[in-house]
Amino acid sequence: MFMNIDNIKRELINDLDNVKDLKELNELHIKYLSKKGIITELNCKIKDVPNEEKKEFGQNVNELRNMFNNSYEKMKKSFEEEELNKKLQSEAIDISLPSTKVKIGSPNILEKLIEEVESIFMSMGYDVVDGPEVEEDKYNFEMLNIPKGHPARDAQDTFYIEGEELLLRSQTSPVQVRTMLRNKGEKPVRVICPGKTYRRDDDDATHSHQFMQIEGLLVDKDISLSDLKGTFEVVFKKLFGDDVKVRLRPSYYPFTEPSVEVDISCFNCKGNGCNICKNTGYITICGAGIVHPDVLKMSSYDPSIWSGFAFGFGAERVAMLKYGINDVRVFYNTDLRESRVFDREEINNND
Amino acid sequence: MINLEWVKDYIDIDDQDLEELAVKITEVGINIEKVITNKIDNLVVGKVVSCINHPDSDHLHLCQVDIGNDELKQIVCGAPNVREGLKVIVAMEGAVLPGDFVIKASKIRGVESNGMLCALYELGLEERTEEAYNRGIAELGDDAKVGSDPLVYLGLLNTLYELDIHKHRNNDCYYHIGFAYEISAILNRKVKLPDLSYKEVSDDINNHFKLEVKTSKCPYYLAKMVTNVEIGESPEFIKRRLLSVGMRPINNVVDISNYVMLEFGQPLHFFDKDKLKDKILVRDADDEEVITTLDNKERILKSSDIVITDGVNPICVAGVMGGLNTEVDKNTKNILIESAIFDPVSIRYTANRLNLRSEASIRYGKGLSYEYTKYALDRACHLLEKYANATILSGIVSHDKIDKTKKIVEFYPIDVDKMLGIRIDEEDMKYELDKLGFDYKICDGKFIVTIPSRRLDIEPNVNDIAEEIGRLYGYQNIVGTLPKVELKQGDYIGDVKYRKVISKRLRSLGLNEVKTYTLVSPTVSNMFDYETKEKIILPNPMSIDKSVVRTSLIPSLLNVYNYNKARKVDDINIYEISKTYDKNYNEESKIAFLMSGAYVNNSWNGSLKVDFYLIKGIVEELLDYLGFKNRYSFVKSKVSSLHPGISCDILLDRKRIGIMGRVHPKVCKDEVYVCEISLNSLMMKVKPLKYKEASKYPTISKDLAFIVPKDMMSSEVEGIIKKAGGRLLSDIKVFDVYEKLEDNKKSIAYSLTFMDSNRTLTEEEVMNVFNNIIERVITTLNIELRDK
Repeated sequence: MFMNIDNIKRELINDLDNVKDLKELNELHIKYLSKKGIITELNCKIKDVPNEEKKEFGQNVNELRNMFNNSYEKMKKSFEEEELNKKLQSEAIDISLPSTKVKIGSPNILEKLIEEVESIFMSMGYDVVDGPEVEEDKYNFEMLNIPKGHPARDAQDTFYIEGEELLLRSQTSPVQVRTMLRNKGEKPVRVICPGKTYRRDDDDATHSHQFMQIEGLLVDKDISLSDLKGTFEVVFKKLFGDDVKVRLRPSYYPFTEPSVEVDISCFNCKGNGCNICKNTGYITICGAGIVHPDVLKMSSYDPSIWSGFAFGFGAERVAMLKYGINDVRVFYNTDLRESRVFDREEINNND
Repeated sequence: MINLEWVKDYIDIDDQDLEELAVKITEVGINIEKVITNKIDNLVVGKVVSCINHPDSDHLHLCQVDIGNDELKQIVCGAPNVREGLKVIVAMEGAVLPGDFVIKASKIRGVESNGMLCALYELGLEERTEEAYNRGIAELGDDAKVGSDPLVYLGLLNTLYELDIHKHRNNDCYYHIGFAYEISAILNRKVKLPDLSYKEVSDDINNHFKLEVKTSKCPYYLAKMVTNVEIGESPEFIKRRLLSVGMRPINNVVDISNYVMLEFGQPLHFFDKDKLKDKILVRDADDEEVITTLDNKERILKSSDIVITDGVNPICVAGVMGGLNTEVDKNTKNILIESAIFDPVSIRYTANRLNLRSEASIRYGKGLSYEYTKYALDRACHLLEKYANATILSGIVSHDKIDKTKKIVEFYPIDVDKMLGIRIDEEDMKYELDKLGFDYKICDGKFIVTIPSRRLDIEPNVNDIAEEIGRLYGYQNIVGTLPKVELKQGDYIGDVKYRKVISKRLRSLGLNEVKTYTLVSPTVSNMFDYETKEKIILPNPMSIDKSVVRTSLIPSLLNVYNYNKARKVDDINIYEISKTYDKNYNEESKIAFLMSGAYVNNSWNGSLKVDFYLIKGIVEELLDYLGFKNRYSFVKSKVSSLHPGISCDILLDRKRIGIMGRVHPKVCKDEVYVCEISLNSLMMKVKPLKYKEASKYPTISKDLAFIVPKDMMSSEVEGIIKKAGGRLLSDIKVFDVYEKLEDNKKSIAYSLTFMDSNRTLTEEEVMNVFNNIIERVITTLNIELRDK
């Protein structure tokens, strides 16, 4: 009887040693532990063993079963692992193959610049507003101190629609007039008005009959030319870098007095002279000035109480300078190969 | 154009570096675009100390030339007139003559030559004629100082400033005396007016002329008469100066009128007195009145023009161009000099309409100072007496309705300080006003300033004074400050806000923003004209291509599509948001997009291609995003330029807000989908966001399929399913469409989801509803059930 168990044990060890895969392991399970398995049958024979040997026999059978089970579990786990690894290996792919492009759309290059300007001004409390592109002469010219026959009208060759009364706006200043009228001379005004404007120009690399102007207006109390300078120091440092310097030069506009040109030190050559600044070290960006008292009056603001500054610049020009574009038509033709590049941020972690 | 040698007649600037002066002038306000000079470096006056024949030539000379500082240069010269003792112009090594001719040391027939003796034509100061050539090198007077600049000695050194004429207050600084005042304000030096004196004979102009002004557009008209003029050439300095600023010298009389205009900014007109009768009548022209102008062209006038007449016939279009009938010619003896001020606006209109924009009309059109009207008249008499031997009659005929009220500004220094944002000492303000030549007094700390009449550009207000003081004091002294205003966050307002929100969403949905032109051609404007709006047609377009204000953006997007397609871009998904206008000036902002090619691209592993259902998905996504879920629908429609079978209207609250579909193959043969939605229709209030808990109870799904006629729309079936399903039906999904059934039929399979948010449904009650749905669909639409 004992001999028998020893033999079985030897056979079992031998069997386990020779198992090659999960299938063979399961066959062993059947051989030893199924209903008619060898160990199960030994278990049944317990009743035939003499009483004094029963205990020892039982212990031996249990030992045998435990031995099998332990090995079985270990080997099963190992075989399964091996099989999974094989499967995974067979599933391996060539990660160097091209991706599936899920593309986010890009802004128009000009719009990218405009949005940047808008966010700078909004952070300083300016609202962004627009108005009609088909505009009345009254708002486009007259209420800006440019009566009919004023020489300043020559510089803005305008598309008239109906006689001399209706036109395609030649500047976005009428939006400022409309904003002032809406506020009825009672509330302060702080707006920028980016928008489409039109002038009778032949389109070429530097001229466009349609262009985007960004104008702004601040009307409040005790506003000075130094406030204008300070504001543009903030704006242009944001746009062109912290080392940019702002310079004011006298100029003339009918709707501002004093009028200035706002120059920045050349961001490219740092003021040493280069192509971009035509060796002057400075680039003129913006026309501006203190709002003419007559303009305030016409829009029902009392110049003895209110004062303000206004400014305007061409978005195209600034975008061309900033991004190194030399043909204004780039903005309006939209070659997607060019514009898609502009769908990215310019985060510089220099802090 | 301002000639600085000319300016020197009125202000002392001999000590100034004219390049540096130009920078200073630009800094304080007058934009000098270019400094043009004929100065040549390394050009000096020399004296020929010895002159012998060249050993190896029959016409060359070998000269030793003293160029100052005890320095002698050996120069070979071929001119016939070179001789010992002659003062000459020496171009030394390094001099660059006109035509980029660089002077170098060289050997001429074996003899060293260290420069060149020059003729005037070689320096660009004279025309290169045979006569000039034969004359040889320039012979300077004995008073020429060896070593000095010969152009200075000859008075030929010219420096010109080219001004930016488009802007700025050039009515007072675009003539030489005005410009001298600007320099005087910068350098604090006095301006000296030119000689205005002349002798008069006792004969009075009033014996010969009567003046009548019958228009309000001529507030000031002065005339003097001169007799016995001798027409001839102008003196050299007048010719040279006119030429330098781009005016062709004609004869002494005509040149003088131009010369005075360039001095005082006041245009003059000279009439041949003998071609006139005894009267000058200034009046508004009659409509259709005809005059032949100096250029021998017939001009048809309008009643808005001002005309000078001899009482009956027009003799001059006032301020614009004289008439041929009273022109000064070579036989002219007696002249009537007109110096007047006309309504600038009227002159500008007339000059523009007749396309006769001249130096004179531009000046009249900018407005003139009455003081200079008289000065100019006197100056002309002075010059005519001096250079045309004219006899000046006494007396003057005049019409004087000009407003001579002095422009006076009163202000406290603090007013200027507040406007500029800097503190300027009262003493500094006084100093700047002195430099400007403005008269002022101070009463109890208040400045009372009188603006000189020459400064037409200055209005009597503090702003104008602050600008004058500020620009001279120097804007570089202004230190940036920030406005002391309320702290707040700015925002996008009105339609701009919608534009930005929608723009951002469309970009995140993979559409690329484009910007196109508002103005299109008539043909393009009629494409995609689904609203049949009347269009604004420009009366003065630049070209027919850009003559109509578009009402739809889609044609412009197709343009961008074609542009990119031609550049081999395949997947073109673009959008634009822009305003449109119809004939009645109604504004409508529109959102348009165009999609073609792959939406999700993988060239080797399968792409998701754009089709109708994709663009529909984008529209739904956008409308859902804006809060319009369940308020929109799509109905089949025929839209011009769209595929008749693949197009629809987009409805919001049952009103059409836009269209979408595939572009008609006749318009574009590629598979291109477009959509246009009115942004204005989306600008309305939507429900605020509110949390809604998802149901905790299980759902039950049931599938079924119907066989329907091919042209029946799934939405019809869905509509009935929804109605019949009632409250328990929570979702309908189409999960299969099979188009290839016989008898022109198709099958659509739906998966219905049932749910109650308060309890678990029983199979039995779901089956009740489900069977009811089937029956209602079959009976209402008269179609068969395929499967369930």
